[in-house]
Amino acid sequence: MKRGMAPEWLTSYAVAYMIFLYAPVILMPMFAFNDATVIAFPLSGFTTRWLEVLWSSDALHSAVWNSTIVAIVTALASTFLGACAARASARYRFPAQRGIIGFTMLPLVLPEIIVAVALIVMLMQLGMSLSLWTVVAGHVLICTPFSIAILSSAFASLDQSLEEASFDLGESRWGTFRRLTLPLVMPGVISSLLICFTISLDEFIIAFFLTGTDATLPVYIWSQLRFPTKLPSVMALGTVLLVLSIGLLVLAEWFRRRAARRQGLDASSSKGML
Amino acid sequence: MPKTKPIIELRDVRKSFGTFNALKGINAIIHEGEFFSLLGPSGCGKTTLLRMIAGFEPPTSGEIMIDGKSMDGIAANARPTNMVFQSYAIFPHLDVAGNVGYGLKTKKMPKADINREVDQALAMVDLAGFGDRAAHELSGGQRQRVALARALVMRPKVILLDEPLSALDKKLRDQMQVELRELQKTLGVTFILVTHDQEEALIMSDRIAVMFEGEIAQLASPEELYRRPATRRVASFIGVMNFLDASLDSSNASGVTLTIHALGKVSIPHSAVPKGVNPAQINKVGIRPEMLTLLFDPSDKAENEVKAEVVSSDYYGDMTYYSVLLPMQKDPVTISMRNTAGRSIAASGSPVRVGWGAESVVLFE
Repeated sequence: MKRGMAPEWLTSYAVAYMIFLYAPVILMPMFAFNDATVIAFPLSGFTTRWLEVLWSSDALHSAVWNSTIVAIVTALASTFLGACAARASARYRFPAQRGIIGFTMLPLVLPEIIVAVALIVMLMQLGMSLSLWTVVAGHVLICTPFSIAILSSAFASLDQSLEEASFDLGESRWGTFRRLTLPLVMPGVISSLLICFTISLDEFIIAFFLTGTDATLPVYIWSQLRFPTKLPSVMALGTVLLVLSIGLLVLAEWFRRRAARRQGLDASSSKGML
Repeated sequence: MPKTKPIIELRDVRKSFGTFNALKGINAIIHEGEFFSLLGPSGCGKTTLLRMIAGFEPPTSGEIMIDGKSMDGIAANARPTNMVFQSYAIFPHLDVAGNVGYGLKTKKMPKADINREVDQALAMVDLAGFGDRAAHELSGGQRQRVALARALVMRPKVILLDEPLSALDKKLRDQMQVELRELQKTLGVTFILVTHDQEEALIMSDRIAVMFEGEIAQLASPEELYRRPATRRVASFIGVMNFLDASLDSSNASGVTLTIHALGKVSIPHSAVPKGVNPAQINKVGIRPEMLTLLFDPSDKAENEVKAEVVSSDYYGDMTYYSVLLPMQKDPVTISMRNTAGRSIAASGSPVRVGWGAESVVLFE
């Protein structure tokens, strides 16, 4: 078979697959700008009124603010923890290493509902009250594995003799970290921050269980779905979030590839999250 | 021999990783201005020893002295040594000048001085004007030179080189061997080279420590190592050595008399018996391939002669290596002959006369 010529059925399968995957996503912006309160075809006209509704809703603003705070704190905490774990797994040999690293990655595959229920039971037993901080705790738990996965490849592709060379040239441990290690893993760090931020921003189940009176954005959206008239504005909000999420993930991937390129690796061949 | 002030002293240095003894008591003195090589097969502990001198790993016991000071508890960043790594460890996010000036920056040197020192160091390694090249734009040979400049610019008492030429192709390697040796002579800095390549060690070094399994088997000049290897293992690691069975006839004041089963009787003065070899224990002798001669022409003469038979020959252009079966031997010996003008190649199966001299015989226990 000639290179580059896929059989016809494979092409149609790929097209069908893409439609199945993305059609619902494309519907969202369509109705976000549709001039009707009912979500149904045919479209009746273009409007930005749903975006204006978003702009003037105080409850939404506080939800966005809550989510932003939670996402930023989660991103910073998860990336810090992830960096420690990634460095340890790349540099040191210790007993039961594989088991321990495996355990830190476990939240990646645990159903979130299980994590959420377990956390709320534990927090109740400890007598802690629910707040945005308990949401942060839950989000750090599920974001850290992603951070470890991203940063592990950043730390593992760092030749150990680089740090030795820096040390050999008279630099201190802290100076080596600041002048050598940090600049080299920085793209990975930024990539991890962006991905953790995105995960935390649209996470619903844990936020729903663990939040007190302060709703995060997904929890707010869920509460709005009960009112059919609010549906178009939820569509508008969804569209805004979609654009932001895609933007952040593209940025994260760009940083990751730049990191790979800097270290002379082939960006396409290294393991990526995307 | 250069100056004789000791710069590094290794006193019964040992290193264990769990139950594995990587180094089993290394004693050596390395002199100032010397080009010293640690030569051995992989896993002999030579790199571990180098890393311990650099300060990356502490010895399990024993003491490392550099310039008269014990290095106990002194970390790599406070030692007067700098290393050229096998991978070169060029910092990928810095340009050439940033790499070479990296260590000077830790010394809080003014920027103008750093620039001057960096330019000087780059000129030394033939990379003048390469300061603003990015790390990934460099070829293998250039990376090697940058790594060397980065060490030189620190003006260390000792430069440690961990297999610095092993990643280069043959031609570049030959060229760098000569350049490194000349640079070392010009600067007068002590170089310690780790290598598994015996030819490289012979060409570059003032002295070589041959290591096997965590021990120094012999520490000597290249010539001494080649001509008077202390053990059979050293002899076969450095170049090619033919081993022949021998037995002691007598040992008296003038020397020892042996019978080499394949060649005949030979008398050797005591001065040529290696230290540590007990004459009564001698049962093998060694002769290098170039010390045996095929006597093609009836008029060719040698100190001693035996009749033999050519088994096969390998033509190398400048040299021909023959496999020759000597009398009373099961295995053929190797004889190398220079292909001088008019000299023909002996055919397999043809009878030849082999000439040899008593001086070329090395004794082994």
